[in-house]
Amino acid sequence: MTAPFAILAVLTIAGAVAAMGLRHLVHCALALVVALASLAAVYLQLDAQFVGFAQILVYVGAVAILIVFAILLTRSGEAGTQPIASPSWAAGIGVATVVFAVITGCVLASGFTQRESPAAPDVATRLIGEALMTQFVLPLEVVGLLLTVALIGGVIIAMRERKSEVTAALGEAGSIGKRQSANGNLP
Amino acid sequence: MTPLVAYLLLSAILFAIGLAGALTRRNAILVLVGIELMLNAANLNFIAFWRFGPNPQALTGVLFVLFSIAVAAAEAAVGLALIIAIYRQYRTTHVDQINGMKG
Repeated sequence: MTAPFAILAVLTIAGAVAAMGLRHLVHCALALVVALASLAAVYLQLDAQFVGFAQILVYVGAVAILIVFAILLTRSGEAGTQPIASPSWAAGIGVATVVFAVITGCVLASGFTQRESPAAPDVATRLIGEALMTQFVLPLEVVGLLLTVALIGGVIIAMRERKSEVTAALGEAGSIGKRQSANGNLP
Repeated sequence: MTPLVAYLLLSAILFAIGLAGALTRRNAILVLVGIELMLNAANLNFIAFWRFGPNPQALTGVLFVLFSIAVAAAEAAVGLALIIAIYRQYRTTHVDQINGMKG
């Protein structure tokens, strides 16, 4: 194990623990940024440069900002006096420990400890682009469709519903001018 | 060079932390953060197996992770929109207080 990997692993684990354990939600989001950024550095160490920068762009750039927005919009930023863990937290910790033990046991029991690392592959971004445009063009299109649907769905779900306006717009579609003049009379 | 097993153990720790957070935290936003951590652990596994696999020139691991990141981004967007809609309805984001359908 090399020193850079050890530093990055400690940073990742510390960030993840802080993101899951801190009381203040904004601090949790910042700790999540630390964990995801050091995971991007781990990707760089594994010769997956494109994935590392995609991780920084998508997770550190977009998902973290989205989480901060959600924290601010739901006004859960201020730390309350309520407990941060659910009443059944012991069962959750137990399940996570069992899962961790099973995964670790499987990894250690497999033959991966003797696996030698092959020579560093030559992964140019050009090759990734070519693969995306030839062999993986159908998944790429499906992902584009998925992102469009998720965008529209997210906007529609989070949109504030005004029932009276919706029914009015449906019922009085022909008399928009009347409604506008009525709105104009409002102080 | 770091051996493959170190990356796999880091991924297992990250997955366990994310699972523990998703199962124990009361705030729905942090449950989503835990799910994101678990997805990242899976991505790290993909990249590690791709790098140490017999044929890293095939690029399948890298492309799988790219698609996985895109799906995770869509999931985060829809999930946070759902949390905001729930907050508007119930005035809380604590998952144990959102029990309107509990029998």
